[in-house]
Amino acid sequence: MASVGKILRRTFLIGSAAIVGGVAFGAYYVSRPAANPLKPGKGQAALSPFVLIDQNGVTLFAPRAEMGQGVKTTWAALIAEELDVDLDQITVLHGPAAAAYYNSALIGEGLPNKGYDVSDFQHNLGETLGVLGRTLGLQVTGGSTSMKDGFERMRQAGASARETLKRAAASRLGADPAELKTASGYVIAPNGDRIAYTDLAVDAAGLEPVDIPLRDPSQWRYLGQTQPRLDMAEKVTGTAEFGVDVRLPGMKFASARINPKLGGVMNGFDDSAAKSMPGVEKIVDLGNGVAVVANNTWLANQAVEAIDVDWGDAPYPPETDAIFAKIAKAFDDAPNSTMRDDGDVSVTPDGAAEVTAEYQVPYLAHATMEPMNATALFTGKTLDLWCGNQAPTLIRRHVAGIANLDTDAVEVHTTYLGGGFGRRGELDFGEIATKVAMALPGTPVQTTWSREEDMRHDYYRPGAIARMRGAVKDGKAVLIDGKVAAQSSVHQVVGRYTGLPGGGPDKVLVEGFFNQPYAVPNYRMSGHIADLKVPVGFWRSVGNSYNGFFHETFMDEMAHAAGRDPLEFRLELMKSEHAPSAGCLEAVRDMSGWTGQTPDGVGRGVAFTYSFGTPVAQVIEVVDEDGTIRINKAWIACDMGLALDPENVKAQMFGGMMYGLSAACFGEITFAEGAVEQFNFPDYDAIRMHTAPQVEVRVLETNRHMGGAGEPGTPPSMPALGNALFDLTGQRARSLPLINQFDLLI
Amino acid sequence: MATALTINGKQHQVDLPDDVPLLWVLRDEVGLTGTKFGCGVAACGACTVHIDGEAVRSCQVALSDVWGDVTTIEGIGSPDAMATIQQAWTDHQVAQCGYCQSGQIMQAAALLAENTAPSDADIDEAMQGNLCRCGTYPRIRAAIHDAAAKLKEA
Repeated sequence: MASVGKILRRTFLIGSAAIVGGVAFGAYYVSRPAANPLKPGKGQAALSPFVLIDQNGVTLFAPRAEMGQGVKTTWAALIAEELDVDLDQITVLHGPAAAAYYNSALIGEGLPNKGYDVSDFQHNLGETLGVLGRTLGLQVTGGSTSMKDGFERMRQAGASARETLKRAAASRLGADPAELKTASGYVIAPNGDRIAYTDLAVDAAGLEPVDIPLRDPSQWRYLGQTQPRLDMAEKVTGTAEFGVDVRLPGMKFASARINPKLGGVMNGFDDSAAKSMPGVEKIVDLGNGVAVVANNTWLANQAVEAIDVDWGDAPYPPETDAIFAKIAKAFDDAPNSTMRDDGDVSVTPDGAAEVTAEYQVPYLAHATMEPMNATALFTGKTLDLWCGNQAPTLIRRHVAGIANLDTDAVEVHTTYLGGGFGRRGELDFGEIATKVAMALPGTPVQTTWSREEDMRHDYYRPGAIARMRGAVKDGKAVLIDGKVAAQSSVHQVVGRYTGLPGGGPDKVLVEGFFNQPYAVPNYRMSGHIADLKVPVGFWRSVGNSYNGFFHETFMDEMAHAAGRDPLEFRLELMKSEHAPSAGCLEAVRDMSGWTGQTPDGVGRGVAFTYSFGTPVAQVIEVVDEDGTIRINKAWIACDMGLALDPENVKAQMFGGMMYGLSAACFGEITFAEGAVEQFNFPDYDAIRMHTAPQVEVRVLETNRHMGGAGEPGTPPSMPALGNALFDLTGQRARSLPLINQFDLLI
Repeated sequence: MATALTINGKQHQVDLPDDVPLLWVLRDEVGLTGTKFGCGVAACGACTVHIDGEAVRSCQVALSDVWGDVTTIEGIGSPDAMATIQQAWTDHQVAQCGYCQSGQIMQAAALLAENTAPSDADIDEAMQGNLCRCGTYPRIRAAIHDAAAKLKEA
């Protein structure tokens, strides 16, 4: 694991501030400190607190959304590792929305390199550019960045707090700080006397914070070891508070309907039937939809469904076929990007056999288990918003604008997220709840979407088409020329976040396409942006979610054309290009006992995607049981560089794979008359207990830089399954979902 | 007219229309939010509770049709005093986002009450109505087997 290096050290210094009865520690950007969201006393240094110690104990702040990826636990472990506190004796809070909690790693991901070939210099540059995350106040949980983001900064915050507390103890004891030790929230004197951190907090607040080198990884007690998740007890007893569980005195419950022709206007509505329905207290005109406030969510939903609304048309072609025709038309335009252009793809090398294929994947919904919701309390002068969200600072600014308030007058309270997958980085659920609450000043109102409203008002994973041309010679790939066309999620999201149109080359559209570690001499990968107004956004693994399928299905087709074993074909091209990636393929080969041969009635497929800094290989096995195909087993190998919590990484890997398999088998959003045709889980199903494979995960740690965990498990699952089905049936899966082509177990 | 319910051994008088589903009585009226809303059409299992020990989808049971004593996730254990099955879930670190897990646990508890040593096929059969978008199924399966073994010892 390479050090983040000197650039970062110079950029951050550790600060502290007195709080009532205690002290707060944090890291801040020296040239322009962000305001401390915990509001320290006047005249105190502004800082971003990650450690707070007072009479009540030690509180750590993990200002990243806990949406199942275990960030709360691992982020706390980063601080505790240096601070010397026990994870079961501390409180971990998300904290408020604050620019100080910016994500330093997310912006670094935007650099135009392939990722796996990044040099230490570029890596440091990426980390430094991360400071822009602070400048822009991007407190975002996404891009599988949380551990990369927190790794240095949180350990520094913990170390500085520990050493400052030691100085406070030394001065009280008249001792040399070097003679003092720390453990489990105490400073320990040479004679064994112990002083609790909580007793030293006020003294420490008066001291200049200490900058100290971080401990060597060989001394780590928590990091690199699996920790019991801090959220587990709440989540198995029904006591974890999700957005939809927020309960406030005098609270009302609302349900909303927005134009299902997405982005269309509302021409008018007739609420005469709804008005007199039981429990109804108010009907709210949202401009582009309606809401009903009642004393019960279900009664509110019954009433809102009874409103007769005249909806305007959608600003995109009303039928799926016409939408995909528009996507295909984008191939006629100059590419938006060509991020890989090696050798010369204009001529097929002499003696090589050409392979061509076209692939298509549908729009997809996120379908988080917890439907979109938020609770708002608007007083006229202030607004409080409670919700699970992935971007508290952005949602705060957005709802402040809706309520016509200064950002400072808005507090965002972030709860647990009942699934995020990118959906809760959007702002719409906060906006709707704010508009509803503004109709009842002084009354907290929770607005919960029905599952149908959630399914039909998503920011979808874009539908995409790929046109691939390749050539094989002497058993090797000698040419790959690929083009992908889809809507740009980035351009749309930038527009929603900033109000300004997004533009420029879209790296995310082609991630998983141009940056795969195969040594192919003639290799060009281009992205084309389809100009469509279907709402699209970030869906777990984003561009990789379709490009992984395109690239790795095509690798399989080329291997087949070359008469080679698909795993060996890949491995040969990868070995010289990126050893950690090759190591993942070798690992799944060994774990699965891959021979390239399968008995009758069994099929196996392999696929690989490098994404978010993490190479992941998967082998999937399918079995034919009396004509019905079941996914039987899966083997996953990933190389994290450094796995801070190995069992949690495994959970993310198989969870990411299941999310991908759900989409590959069943996921499809289609349009008719401008509206989404899927309403609920019966027509947008997912992998369930009886359709989920047994799974084995191996976590490798040879890569030079720490990779992400939350998303990289998703992309290779879809092509691995498609390739397994080809092995079983001889039918090539060139479009998804697979249920349209194969008799899968449901 | 108020309807009388027994929930987790406690009496409640509920003043809501007869057709309000039990799920929304629990969540919005009684304040027991451990039981989750996921789909409203009995397709995801997030709202699973027990009525007289039987696992049911509370989004499909109207208030006036509740035929017995209701047990919710809060009724089987708490963070300081977990039921055996909740402890098994903890030991296997099952939950990711955690939203579906109340329903998963209530469904599994009903299975174990009937079948003290469920096979993988029994688990597939009993649990296939409970959706988990995080894909925690392998650990749910392991936790059920473990809970079955521990309940046998007890």
